[in-house]
Amino acid sequence: MSDYTLPASSVIEAGAFASESGTVLERLHGWVVTVDHKRLGILYILYSTFFLLVAGAEALLIRLQLAFPHNSVLSAQVFNRFFTMHGTTMVFLVGMPFLFGFANYIVPLQIGARDMAFPRLNAFSFWLTAFGGFLLYYSFLGGAGLYGMGNAPDVGWFAYAPLTARSFSPGHATDYWALALIVSGFGTLGTAINIIATIISMRCKGMTLMRMPLFTWLLLVVSMLTLVTITPLTAAQFMLLIDRYLGGHFFDTQAGGSSLIWIHFFWIFGHPEVYVLVLPAFAIANEIIPVFCRKAIFGYPAMVAASVCIMFVSLSVWAHHMFTVGMTSVSNAFFTLSTMLVGVPTGIKIFNWIATLWGGRIRFTTPMLFCIGFLFQFLVAGLTGIMLSVSPWDWQLHNSYFVIAHFHYVLVGAIVFCIFAAIYYWYPKATGRLMDEKLGKWHFWLFVIGFHITFDTMHFLGLLGMPRSIYTYQPDRGWSFLNLVVSIGGLIQGIAVLIFAYNFVVSYWRGKVAGDDPWDAWTLEWATSSPPPVYNFEELPVVHSRRPLWDLKHPDDPDWEYES
Amino acid sequence: MQMAPIRRLICLCGASAWLFRTTSALGQNSSPTTLAPASTSAHQIFDLSIFVVAVTGGIFFVVGGLLAIALFRFRVRKTDPAGEPAQIYGSTQIELAWTVIPLLIVVVLFLTTARIIFAIQDAPKPKTALDVTVIGHQFWWEFRYPKYGVVTANELHIPVSSGSAPQATFLKLTSADVNHSFWVPRLAGKTDLIPNHVNSMWMDPQKPGLYLGQCAQFCGSQHALMLLRVYVEAPEQFATWIKNQQQPALQDPVVAAGRRVFETQACMNCHAISGTAATGRFGPDLTHLISRGTLASGAMDNTPANLRQWIQAPDTFKHGALMPAMQLNDQQLDEVTAYLETLK
Repeated sequence: MSDYTLPASSVIEAGAFASESGTVLERLHGWVVTVDHKRLGILYILYSTFFLLVAGAEALLIRLQLAFPHNSVLSAQVFNRFFTMHGTTMVFLVGMPFLFGFANYIVPLQIGARDMAFPRLNAFSFWLTAFGGFLLYYSFLGGAGLYGMGNAPDVGWFAYAPLTARSFSPGHATDYWALALIVSGFGTLGTAINIIATIISMRCKGMTLMRMPLFTWLLLVVSMLTLVTITPLTAAQFMLLIDRYLGGHFFDTQAGGSSLIWIHFFWIFGHPEVYVLVLPAFAIANEIIPVFCRKAIFGYPAMVAASVCIMFVSLSVWAHHMFTVGMTSVSNAFFTLSTMLVGVPTGIKIFNWIATLWGGRIRFTTPMLFCIGFLFQFLVAGLTGIMLSVSPWDWQLHNSYFVIAHFHYVLVGAIVFCIFAAIYYWYPKATGRLMDEKLGKWHFWLFVIGFHITFDTMHFLGLLGMPRSIYTYQPDRGWSFLNLVVSIGGLIQGIAVLIFAYNFVVSYWRGKVAGDDPWDAWTLEWATSSPPPVYNFEELPVVHSRRPLWDLKHPDDPDWEYES
Repeated sequence: MQMAPIRRLICLCGASAWLFRTTSALGQNSSPTTLAPASTSAHQIFDLSIFVVAVTGGIFFVVGGLLAIALFRFRVRKTDPAGEPAQIYGSTQIELAWTVIPLLIVVVLFLTTARIIFAIQDAPKPKTALDVTVIGHQFWWEFRYPKYGVVTANELHIPVSSGSAPQATFLKLTSADVNHSFWVPRLAGKTDLIPNHVNSMWMDPQKPGLYLGQCAQFCGSQHALMLLRVYVEAPEQFATWIKNQQQPALQDPVVAAGRRVFETQACMNCHAISGTAATGRFGPDLTHLISRGTLASGAMDNTPANLRQWIQAPDTFKHGALMPAMQLNDQQLDEVTAYLETLK
């Protein structure tokens, strides 16, 4: 056990980027042709930050329209395009690329590898994803059809057939939507395969599966889940295009096709997709919470088991999106039970995080604040999820603002909070500079206040009977005041995100120099320089426990003496 | 020591249930709230929801409370000794406990829920039940009463149910084009209308009155103005309504010019008026148009001025509705409006 080959700082010189010198064009060229996992990770994150701003702006316009009853800021058609684009963008061009960006950047560093298993597939996957985003947004220019019909998809991000049939969606907007998801879906599959191969075969000496950092573990689970979930979506998109252009009748109800088949396909993708997005959020929390309460994660094997369990259970719950389509009572009961069961492994996770905090010394830095916000909000999101799993109640709540509130609690309250936490946490590793703490705290507090004003209120709108996807509402329905409140909260979140964007850009030049290990953390990415050299580690490390840097910092009390 | 947290839990659950009930006092008028149920299934759902809120609320206060305590008690302090806190890697017993307890809660919640699922979904259909077929269209509702030979649109009339004379209405739901969803929160949960697929649901409203709802599945550009009204009426009132609806359209010679416009222009391709040559089914049946309170599926009140404007330029009220602007001249507009105004 004494053959430590892990140097305190395995660095030759920081920023050994081959193309960091040269003209702007040469440097840009270097980024375009790169196969370096760190650069691709950064590209993913910049790409999704850009779309976060775009889709956020769409959300603000949506809220502007809904701030008052009978408002006419947006027409019905434009509103429908915006909520479709908002949803599609946030899931496919923000959520997934963000998480794959972090996976790309962090996983090889955490497992002590020099790069991903397939660097060129990695670059190919990124550019496919990027091209998918371009296709989706090009629909604003290229999607117009006859009779002035749509110039961007307006069928909802769930795109229930037969609304997507050519008779109901003329023009090319729906085609762009389908093609964009097919193309970016292939990119996603490529990255998922790459992550699995990397984690399975590129771990450094001594890193057994049960010594992997939880971030890496969860990304392995997510990638396997991705392979299962993206495929039905891609298949359904192909069927849709066959219907639209080759006279297929999969979803053509006038010719004996079935709308329900689309709905099943979509949610067999759609529900596990939620876990594809939220498991990386757990992964981020698993890294950040222990570091800032200065304790090892509580119940590591249980955390791994719970994640794997969530992966399997999540594959059997899709029809809880379909309690109102007229399934039999037995099917409704089955999906009620399977959905409630997800609460058990997720409950274990929350308890383990609390137990990790218990007895620690909690430092309230910006990344930690975002993780704390995540813990509270994810608790609420889980409980409203239980409410929605109660199928009779779901007959009331389905497609109401209660559902909108619930899934934004997951997607924003849990996932976006963790994404922000991760950016503040790993920014110094990627750039060598810390993001400004003061601005970070402004960002956090404004965002958390705006978040709760918006999404807490939405639950009540749902209980009061307001359905989703409506561009206007009548003043006599008792929704006017709450809608104004929701919109004000949205504005506050918008301001918070602008502060973040400013901090993100300015800290690159003006941030405090971070050093290799600014948070006094324990995983391998902090053992190399900030930013790491192209080859990551001068010498590949050898590890003996889950927290190699803890062992290094506490040679008298190393982890491997306690881990089973 | 053991009792205190449990008692607190019960108090908190009670408080949250009370809060929930109080908020249900909101919107007692016709607003479409889920918190003021007015039929058996809506009541069952509401009572179930209170139980679920009590359980989840209890979990929230316990777990959220532990989290808050942990954050406060274990915050970093200046007086902390140097070095790291004690490292604890896990505890099988504790972890087993917080796996088993949630499992038990799931079992309780599931059994309670399953009872209500079967009670509502598999309720036997009484012989006296009224049958109505609901057909969703982009962006309006067609209601057909097969037993009475009545066809109407957007405003559903059903009889009230009372303890002495229980009266349920069973709806058969389908769609003529894309997916829609029938949702009148105070009367029942929603059920989707899916083309090439028939669903069913039932309700037995216990108080006469107007109940608002709307389409709850995105169905295209004017999904938001696919509004829905349900008039629950005393049995004799309902019988009168049915009787009126069964009459063919009034033939008033004073407005014969308007009728000629209707029958010679494109109107009759889409609309039906019984007793005339107009038998179109693409748009709402207009035989008793003026007996309805609203036009264009609730988009505006049914007044002569609104009706005229709707025929002239539907986009002013409902941009994207499938009714085309009819390109009539002013005289034709006046005549056809006058004719339609007689269809009481």
